[in-house]
Amino acid sequence: MKLDSKIPEGPLEKKWQNHKANIRLVNPANKRNIDVIVVGTGLAGASAAASLAEMGYNVKAFCFQDSPRRAHSIAAQGGINAAKNYQNDGDSVYRLFYDTIKGGDYRSREANVYRLAEVSANIIDQAVAQGVPFAREYGGNLDNRSFGGVQVSRTFYAKGQTGQQLLLGAYSALSRQIAKGKVKLYNRHEMMEVVVVDGKARGIIARNLVTGEIQRHGAHAVVLASGGYGNVFFLSTNAMGSNGSAAWKAHRKGALFANPCFTQIHPTCIPVSGEHQSKLTLMSESLRNDGRIWVPKDRKDAEAIRAGKLKPTDLPEEKRDYYLERRYPSFGNLVPRDVASRAAKERCDEGFGVNKTGEAVYLDFAAAIERYGKTEANIQGIDNPSPEKIRELGTKVVEAKYGNLFAMYEKIVDDNPYETPMMIYPAVHYTMGGLWVDYNLMTSVPGLFALGEANFSDHGANRLGASALMQGLADGYFVIPYTIGDYLADEIRTGEIDTNHEAFAAAENEVKGNIDKLMNNAGKKHSVDYYHKKLGRIMWDKCGMARNAQGLTEAIKEIQELRAEYWDNVKIPGKADEMNPELDKAMRVADFMELGELMCKDALEREESCGGHFREEYQTEEGEALRRDEDFAFVSAWKYSGDPSTTELVKEDLVFENVELKTRSYK
Amino acid sequence: MDLKLKIWRQANANSKGELKDYNISDVSEDSSFLEMMDQLNEELIEKGDEPVAFDHDCREGICGMCSMHINGEPHGPENETTTCQLHMRKFKDGDTIYVEPWRARAFPVMKDLVVNRDAMDRVIQAGGFVSVNTSGNTLDANAIPVPKANADEAFNAATCIGCGACVAACPNASAMLFVSAKVSQLALLPQGQVEAKDRVLNMVNQMDLEGFGNCSNVGACAEECPKGISLENIARMNREYLSASISSEK
Repeated sequence: MKLDSKIPEGPLEKKWQNHKANIRLVNPANKRNIDVIVVGTGLAGASAAASLAEMGYNVKAFCFQDSPRRAHSIAAQGGINAAKNYQNDGDSVYRLFYDTIKGGDYRSREANVYRLAEVSANIIDQAVAQGVPFAREYGGNLDNRSFGGVQVSRTFYAKGQTGQQLLLGAYSALSRQIAKGKVKLYNRHEMMEVVVVDGKARGIIARNLVTGEIQRHGAHAVVLASGGYGNVFFLSTNAMGSNGSAAWKAHRKGALFANPCFTQIHPTCIPVSGEHQSKLTLMSESLRNDGRIWVPKDRKDAEAIRAGKLKPTDLPEEKRDYYLERRYPSFGNLVPRDVASRAAKERCDEGFGVNKTGEAVYLDFAAAIERYGKTEANIQGIDNPSPEKIRELGTKVVEAKYGNLFAMYEKIVDDNPYETPMMIYPAVHYTMGGLWVDYNLMTSVPGLFALGEANFSDHGANRLGASALMQGLADGYFVIPYTIGDYLADEIRTGEIDTNHEAFAAAENEVKGNIDKLMNNAGKKHSVDYYHKKLGRIMWDKCGMARNAQGLTEAIKEIQELRAEYWDNVKIPGKADEMNPELDKAMRVADFMELGELMCKDALEREESCGGHFREEYQTEEGEALRRDEDFAFVSAWKYSGDPSTTELVKEDLVFENVELKTRSYK
Repeated sequence: MDLKLKIWRQANANSKGELKDYNISDVSEDSSFLEMMDQLNEELIEKGDEPVAFDHDCREGICGMCSMHINGEPHGPENETTTCQLHMRKFKDGDTIYVEPWRARAFPVMKDLVVNRDAMDRVIQAGGFVSVNTSGNTLDANAIPVPKANADEAFNAATCIGCGACVAACPNASAMLFVSAKVSQLALLPQGQVEAKDRVLNMVNQMDLEGFGNCSNVGACAEECPKGISLENIARMNREYLSASISSEK
């Protein structure tokens, strides 16, 4: 099988323009007769559904939540990047493109990333026109801040709730189309299967989560905007319902799955505190602008802190190890996420961890509070301020910047982060891998598209902060509205899709069969969570921040055994034809049990370290990631053939014509 | 800690519900309220009983999906806190806790603690948007300066998570705080002014059609709002509504 990424000819900065100019269109009268299904209502799904409906297509939008506004894009905190150069600091489309390619450790496509950077400015214009209340300066213009791994301020934000505001903007656009009847919304519905007729995606099988009814929905194209699969790990910063099932079902129906092992482990999350925990909470990357990360220099001090005999505030400066500043003096605490996460793990593995579990490091704001306090005293004209006054003034500044995050931390941990350093540890946050798509965002199944986190295309092996929102909205507002027309131009004579076709019946039977198998297995031993936690443990231990061939080989075997046990023994109370959240969960976890194996297989196959994928066998003498461009500058796209263990690897070589591949150095 | 729970159980929208007693022990003080419910459900499943159905998703206090009336208050006793961010250390060992669904005519119970909040989506569909199509040719984002005070105030209103606690807290089950938050956000910004009159009239009309009650200035909504949406928004919506009623050509 040969993959055609359909990247347009011509120079990098002309590709998208030329493509748009030459792409086929569907005239307005024909659009009225064409149906499109959009699965997911996050940034990518809501923006796509709204935009396609505005253009005249008939859209059906599906979300498993009770309202489209609840999709997990809502939880994104820090901001959204755009190459506006409002700050006159030398930003440009090229610079955003370059930062994203480099940040992704040279494992993404040049043309896709360039297009992303190119449309980024339009996103901000569009959102402002919708009434998204971004932060502003006193002059009334939009404010910006900076994020990890870059040297400009290009991040637009709305306090720590940028994702919420952007999603509500897209949701309002979607709501407007629902009111017009151009979008039919199916909330509390979950996609169970993609239906492929004569090689083309022609619809889906959905399940009504209130009644359990299995439904057939036909369409001329199916757009998956169903998010990432971080919940394979059980504990992650994803929402409880976030799942990989839509993407996985598409994979099983022929869509290639690309770079599944590229997982982003975010360095600043609230650490695991015990067995009761259901999810992990992110503390925004913006905190690393002011927080200093450290552990004790002496193992004995770390032990004393863990035992509760020593307080971090009592440990003098010279006994602290600010390890990021020590190892990476030029970027310090603002190294990219993958680098910061690995460094924290290294210290904790060496026995310097600071909470009861030994898996936490400090994020300390004392220095920032003092620095801001002194500046503020100068501004207010206070001579010789007392240390208490400085603290008081500095605390106010820090509160204005990060107040909501500090409050959230205090609620969860019951510790005051203004007085004692925060404890943080890396946690699974985002998946760069996803369905393989070409330049038009179409998967290897004609008529089946994938947007946002559900596809693989833009972030390579590591995503930069504030780029997920940018990609979701770029795909939904500004890419798919053009590229879908190129495909649908051939569909104007198709007529309504017949859901009585045998392919629909077969897909429906498959869904019903799986539900029946899960509900009526012989074992009925343990709950879904019991098995999901086991899967998460295997993934975290062997396919987490550091991986090696032995661990991955073991993990594959363990997951295969666990999967068999799961199907035989999972216990689901209640019935299938009623609201049954345990059954909803069971279906998702069944897919995670297969996806997890593919992630391990991909990680095993990729014998190099790049971005979030760190193979212990491939590191420099100083313990840094060692990329192997000669052998691994390709996208690993996996083709399903009946079972994850027999999945076949198809390579798409990455061609770099505009940037030179370099070793990322943050030292 | 050990707790006694009295939880509303209702098989579906058409059946009668009742409070049922549960005992739970060894609850960690560091658990969130929902993690305590997870623990209870785990025990129920192991015993072969049906777990308690409840809505939840992000567990970070931002998606607005979690609900629950806890000891008579929406989202429980803590101020400006959603149920998912409420932690068990706020309760005492041996406490009895009442857990019920949102109660409002416009929010019918679907199962146990799950209610149907589609009415809120329909109010937004009636006018909670700016009528602007996706286009690569909109005005530059900085073309219209917005005073920082207005932008900040619009943001504060826009932080509403649409959970419905305001409705659940109100003795009239009024949705005024929810609706006014969206009306306020858009009233404070220059974008979408041309349709401001229609917006407020249509949204208020839809609110009434959905069966939400009237506002009688009790203020429980703002008191219980997990995001601290203020009553000023209701005042602003009333002004918008009044002036639109007088001057609208419809």
